[in-house]
Amino acid sequence: MSKQAKVIEIEEVAIRFSGDSGDGMQLTGTLFSDTSAIYGNDVSTFPDYPAEIRAPQGTVGGVSGFQVHFGHTRINTPGDYCDVLVAMNPAALKANFRWVKPDGIIIFDADQFDEKNIEKAGYKGDPFEIEDVSGIQVISAPISTLTKESLKDVGLDPKSILRCKNMFALGIVSWLFDRPLEHAIKFFNTKFAKKPLLVTANSKVLYDGYYYAETIEAFGSCYKVKPAEIEKGTYRNINGNAAIAWGMMAAAERADLQLFCGSYPITPATSILEELAVRKDLKVKTYQAEDEIAGICTAIGASFAGSLAVTTTSGPGLALKGEAIGLAVMTELPLVIVDVQRGGPSTGLPTKTEQSDLMQALYGRNGESPVVIIATSTPSNCFDYAYMACKIAVEHMTPVILLSDGFLANGTEPWKIPNLNDYPDIKVPRAAADTPNWQSYARDPETLARTWAIPGTHGLEHRLGSLEKMNLTGDVSYVPENHELMTQLRDQKVQNVAKDIPPLEILGDEDAELLVIGWGGTYGHLVTALTDVRREGKKVALVQFNYINPLPLNTKEVLSKFKKHLVCEINLGQFANYLRMQFPEYQYRKFNKVMGLPFTVKDLKEVIIKNLED
Amino acid sequence: MDTQVLNAEDFKSDQMVRWCAGCGDHAILSSVLKTLPQLGYKHEDIVFVSGIGCSSRFPYYVNTYGFHGIHGRAMAVASGVKTSNPNLSVWIICGDGDGLAIGGNHFLHLVRRNIDVNLIMFNNRIYGLTKGQYSPTSKLGSVTKTSPYGTIERPFKPGGITIGANGTYFARSIDSMPKITTELLIESAKHKGASITEVLQNCVIYNDRIFADITDRDNRDDRIILLKHGEPMIFGKNQDKGLIMRNNRLAVVQLGQDGITEKDLLVHDAHCEFIGIHQLLADMDYPDYPVAIGVIRSFDGPKPYDERMEDQIVEVSEKSKIHSVHDLMYSGSTWEVK
Repeated sequence: MSKQAKVIEIEEVAIRFSGDSGDGMQLTGTLFSDTSAIYGNDVSTFPDYPAEIRAPQGTVGGVSGFQVHFGHTRINTPGDYCDVLVAMNPAALKANFRWVKPDGIIIFDADQFDEKNIEKAGYKGDPFEIEDVSGIQVISAPISTLTKESLKDVGLDPKSILRCKNMFALGIVSWLFDRPLEHAIKFFNTKFAKKPLLVTANSKVLYDGYYYAETIEAFGSCYKVKPAEIEKGTYRNINGNAAIAWGMMAAAERADLQLFCGSYPITPATSILEELAVRKDLKVKTYQAEDEIAGICTAIGASFAGSLAVTTTSGPGLALKGEAIGLAVMTELPLVIVDVQRGGPSTGLPTKTEQSDLMQALYGRNGESPVVIIATSTPSNCFDYAYMACKIAVEHMTPVILLSDGFLANGTEPWKIPNLNDYPDIKVPRAAADTPNWQSYARDPETLARTWAIPGTHGLEHRLGSLEKMNLTGDVSYVPENHELMTQLRDQKVQNVAKDIPPLEILGDEDAELLVIGWGGTYGHLVTALTDVRREGKKVALVQFNYINPLPLNTKEVLSKFKKHLVCEINLGQFANYLRMQFPEYQYRKFNKVMGLPFTVKDLKEVIIKNLED
Repeated sequence: MDTQVLNAEDFKSDQMVRWCAGCGDHAILSSVLKTLPQLGYKHEDIVFVSGIGCSSRFPYYVNTYGFHGIHGRAMAVASGVKTSNPNLSVWIICGDGDGLAIGGNHFLHLVRRNIDVNLIMFNNRIYGLTKGQYSPTSKLGSVTKTSPYGTIERPFKPGGITIGANGTYFARSIDSMPKITTELLIESAKHKGASITEVLQNCVIYNDRIFADITDRDNRDDRIILLKHGEPMIFGKNQDKGLIMRNNRLAVVQLGQDGITEKDLLVHDAHCEFIGIHQLLADMDYPDYPVAIGVIRSFDGPKPYDERMEDQIVEVSEKSKIHSVHDLMYSGSTWEVK
């Protein structure tokens, strides 16, 4: 820490690292966020990258960003706007300038702001004249030149040298926010264990960036964000997709079942399959199928054979799986279908986030085809809801759709490693060998779940299938009255799940007039907006739905406490419509954004205040 | 072992068989029922999986575990069953439409993965359950309800697809030759890998006598050839015809003519890896050639997918330090908050 620099204590900071897809911005951001988490801050991150693996260099389409929000208080979102933007080229500035706070800082690699790159980014003239940077502190740093200078004697080839420049930027930002460098150094030592030259090079550049920031006196001050008050325990970072994979493995372990995942790669769900594929050591079987339909059909086959079976996908894949979900409904087998929602329709915005698969999950199948629907709402609670999805699927012998989204999938946060004993037991309704007079469609009187008779079990040989089943016997039946009865039984079985789910919790002021309603991945933004509005002395309440079908039993009671209901969601109003179908007595106000991006707290605060007044 | 005292009757289910009178499916069911007691598997360890179509009613008629899926997806469902539990004897029942049209992709990938299952394709060259539309195996020009002026599509041959996709096992039988069907199904069960058995099956309602040229008793022996591994390719009522290679093609020859003797005939090698001759044999069709019946290809090379999966689990588990989700959660980068 420079003696001259003033140290200013602040509550929270958001930093956005941005550059070309190949500039290593995801790694830079991850190292910074891990360092901050280890330091004791609360942290939330959000990567923002293009669908193209390597879009043309220097173009706006190829800009990859990573935002880190860390603070001394609870951090629930990656932050709408950033205090600091690191722009490794003009395209990064072009793509991200709109997200910089009016009093923020921009640090850019001056070497990359040449005529050619400026033109590639689509600027017609000096970017800092075109963008309104009044009020913004703009720091020009020759990052590429200084990186080359720093490594000229290390013995690396020029290409590899330039690849280290992201660490120079990390060094600058680390000084600015008083971050220790140990974690990054430790990372280099592990990552490049077999290439000691790269350990030396990256470490040197990181330190040189740090000392550069200290020396240039361009920054009037540096900032300190004290550790947050965090519950004691062992922590790690986790993103939503890994948490889903791990939650499912935890459920399989608890239920003593083999986990089987039949799946087809699709953004942004793929990393769940990848995470599971690594875990052969936990006996997980992953089957990368030839298509989405085969993904779910192999899972149905595995479920019939006695595995805890899951399939993972995103919106377009869910559409393809529709008929097979109906097969799982008809055969009443446990199955978890994970849908990591992205921007639609059609191929839409594969790498962006949206909440527009709700109606598809609820109704996107032929016939009366009820399934349980659960939505996750933070990267780390993806673990909990994945566990619960498996528990409900098995105990109620039903398909469960678990809705996540692109924002939760890639966003990370520190996660207090849970004690697995705190999770509820999973009772497997397995039929015992040679059960006298066993019937494939006889049901538990409480749950209406049938029993699971697994091939290999003596005396329970039976046939399941997609044709309508005779009640109790499971034989094929075309009897009209039986079809109606079975339709109702399947529906009631799903509704009975409501008895096993926790009541809806009201956050904020129970005596407020306005209830803000959200579901799934918008929790962090909504709760932050709620806190901010209440801090201004206004009364407002929030409920966030995780259980969508069935809804919690106290939903009506909660809704009836409030005069005004504002449903906020990233679609054109699907959940509002769903609530209107179930509780038509209320008028639902709506706030919707469909930009492929999470809400901003700023927008939410405005809309909440407006609705308080109207 | 109770399996030794079982007979075909023991594998019949209590369900009424609902196929049309005279349908070839009855004969195939009877062949399968005779096969099952000879496999060495108990009832509860056998699973029949089907898709949609007339043949797909099959699992209801066998007293084992069964799964009647959705159209075209039997191969995928069965792949999941076998991968989940490789100890099961898994059988797939599909038709030519179910297996080669809507399910064509899954068929190819089942063959490619070489999962150790037995698939019986009931090929009647027509869509029966939807009442008489052409199928991917209908001959060019077939007049059906959806091709009133004759089809303009070239047909698939199940054998060509299986062998062309580097399949490890392909056999062909005819519904009216139930004894041979049973023999071939036993062979299919022995083969480690995806075993495809095509049964030419008569649809008495919508495509009656489509195979009559080769199945009518009077001409049958002259128009089919029963291939047996290690034996010369000889056929005919009087066992006086055979197959040789001439100009890179198969040719039918008359024994005794032009000095040709049995020694000049090709000897069937079902076990070789090279697919060339198997492709030619599977492709033979009347009237140019006799239609090949029997095990055309049975190559015991590559380990089935399901076994490799188990091997990998053992191998990785032995090396890994992670044996529980608890271990996993505490692996990698963690930190303490005190």
